[in-house]
Amino acid sequence: MNEMQGKACPVIANHIKIALVGQPNVGKSMLINSVSNAHLHVGNFSGVTVDKTEVLFDYKDYHFTVVDLPGTYAFTDYTIEERVTHDYLCAEEYDIIINVVDSTNLEKNLQLTAELLTMSKRVIIALNMSDEAHNEGMDINAEYMSELLGISCVKVSAVTKMGIEELIDTVVKKHEEPKTEAKLIFSEAVEEEIARIVWYLDKHKYSAENSYRNIAINLLKNNKRTYEKLHDNPIWTELQPILIEAAKHIELHHDSDDIKEAFAEEYAAFNRGIVAEVIKQAKEEVKKTLTEKIDNVLIHPILGIPIFLFFMWGLFQLTFEIGAIPMDYIDMFFGWLGDTVGATIANDDIRSLIVDGIIAGVGAVILFVPNIIILFVGIALLESTGYMSRVAFLLDGFFHKFGLHGQSFIPLVTGFGCSIPAYMSARILKNDRDRLLTLFIIGFMSCGARLPVYVLFIGAFFSPEMAGNMLFAIYISGAMLGLVAAKILKMTAFKGADEPFVMEMPKYRLPSLKLIYHTVLTKTMMYLKKAGTFIAAASMLVWFLSNYPHNTFLEESYALKIENAVGERAKVKEENLLAEALLEQSYLGTIGKFSEPIFTPLGFDWKMSVALQTGLAAKEVVVSTLGVLYSLGSNVDEDNNSLITAISKHISIASAVAFIVVIMIYLPCLAASIVFTREAGGIKYFVYLFIFTSITAYVMAFIAYNITKMIV
Amino acid sequence: MNNLFDCNKKCKVRVVKLNADRDLKQRLISFGIMKEALIEVLEHAPAKSTIEIKVGKMRIALRAEEAQLIEVEKI
Repeated sequence: MNEMQGKACPVIANHIKIALVGQPNVGKSMLINSVSNAHLHVGNFSGVTVDKTEVLFDYKDYHFTVVDLPGTYAFTDYTIEERVTHDYLCAEEYDIIINVVDSTNLEKNLQLTAELLTMSKRVIIALNMSDEAHNEGMDINAEYMSELLGISCVKVSAVTKMGIEELIDTVVKKHEEPKTEAKLIFSEAVEEEIARIVWYLDKHKYSAENSYRNIAINLLKNNKRTYEKLHDNPIWTELQPILIEAAKHIELHHDSDDIKEAFAEEYAAFNRGIVAEVIKQAKEEVKKTLTEKIDNVLIHPILGIPIFLFFMWGLFQLTFEIGAIPMDYIDMFFGWLGDTVGATIANDDIRSLIVDGIIAGVGAVILFVPNIIILFVGIALLESTGYMSRVAFLLDGFFHKFGLHGQSFIPLVTGFGCSIPAYMSARILKNDRDRLLTLFIIGFMSCGARLPVYVLFIGAFFSPEMAGNMLFAIYISGAMLGLVAAKILKMTAFKGADEPFVMEMPKYRLPSLKLIYHTVLTKTMMYLKKAGTFIAAASMLVWFLSNYPHNTFLEESYALKIENAVGERAKVKEENLLAEALLEQSYLGTIGKFSEPIFTPLGFDWKMSVALQTGLAAKEVVVSTLGVLYSLGSNVDEDNNSLITAISKHISIASAVAFIVVIMIYLPCLAASIVFTREAGGIKYFVYLFIFTSITAYVMAFIAYNITKMIV
Repeated sequence: MNNLFDCNKKCKVRVVKLNADRDLKQRLISFGIMKEALIEVLEHAPAKSTIEIKVGKMRIALRAEEAQLIEVEKI
């Protein structure tokens, strides 16, 4: 009992909210994972698809909440991640900032620290990777550094878990102490102007929360908030000329017309000084580092790309070969579940809703989970080892010609497997426009689900010897069309100056299993939760449209025919005729008939029109819909010979080519559409995608139809 | 005047000026590419579309277009 009381946190405990800030690749996420008994909470920052990880834990008499902010090189808003961090630090409530820095690259990391120090918040520096710095012969004097900067610096290592407790103790201590001013020293020119502004504020006894020095620095940096505060104050009229003069002075001093550049140079000079004071480098490293050795091979001008292609090939082999094993079981399980549950429900309508609507729909979603898990483990490995940046380095030249980014390659290739993980993996693109453009193009890479349709139509119109070539031609022309579409979109909708390509090539690191586990788990859960709920609802809708309104007259008249039919074959034939008649008068059939005129120029009859529309739900449905509509029973697959015969009998080759073209280009499936909408960041992008792909599909199919008609 | 793009592999240079617009300049500065910074050219991607450089201890990949905006002098 006593022990319990000793461990449990008091009911009314103090709460400390920590903002974890640092440059990318400094091991922030790993640091947060190394806190023991931590409870991880993963969500999204409002409005954007940036993961927000919060870690909750109790220590001594405090509740801690640590918000892991996305890595940012400087206090700017270039990428979504940087914007999230910037806005969070400026607008949200928190008690203290822990600035995680990479000890082995201190000077560069302190650039961000200097900017944080002007914010007048409590800041603690966590000198991460201390063990690594030590191994590289670096000796950092953390105490001296704390003294120089006027804020606490604690040596830690996320890998060996060294210093974590000391870090938290420091947080508690700093939280209880009154806030102290950090020491940032500038060049003479800037210090002179700071002194002038401080003197002026002091003269007018301006009342403010922050120190005059801090206000002066922020005024010189053109900090918006500080300006807003002072703007309505009577002293502004006199202050303004002082500031204009000061800016001129500083810009002259730095030979630049950009005050931000001037301040960056100020910080850099200050940081050089700090680093020179606190680091003792035992010996200059002359021998090649491991990273250099690996890079000699992996980004080799000739070998680099073949090696990368080999890795990708391996990843896709794993994804679709190993992924297929559990997929069969999942498929079997849902088939069994449907049958078992169906057997217990007496009412036909309810049974059909639950079995054909909900279970089949949700089953289709869960079917992709093995693929998604394997692919994300692979991507997380590529990312966390630092290899992904090398890929972008190698491929950017080619993709840039089409307006894409080097890293677009990963989502595009993934698109050949399945569009859903492809859309999700587009997150590796840090720039909004690059990512959106890539998202729009992914659909052009024919996913695995379209394969059955291709196989069916190729089988109907081409000899078996030609089939392989035709299939290859379809995939290649889809991809090329995608690149052309990217170029066109880049010149029209995504017009504008090229986004610059400046990217860090981080050191190679061994991935942390725990981190990969968390990343993959989080992404998979998000997929299941969001896509799952939407898809269950949407499959119910499709089910409803294809089953209603009921026509009892039709059912009764066919019931009689089925009963009277002689032999199993005839029975099945009558059942199929019933299915066709029912589908024709269902809402879906009505839509098909209604939309038939639109598709007539492409040579489609109403059956093909309906198949395309049910194909919006999933491409696999195209084949089964055609099967039902051409009265072969819904239980058909692409190898079904009678369906192939029926198609070659009823459909002209020109219509078939046009049909394939539409399948190649238009929306992948409902699940993918939902994931696209979420990743693109709004329903309006889905509307654009729908319009874009539909028009492209229609125009290309129209051209293909007429050309084929002329040739044949 | 030389720009970074024209430098050969293994070349060591000092940045003299950034001729980029405001946004790109911020981006470059946030990576430590600013006046007085020392840069070593490490590697060229196929067709020299992208180059890899080293600033301080950080390796950075830059597109040819961006590298052309960075004015440097040999050291």
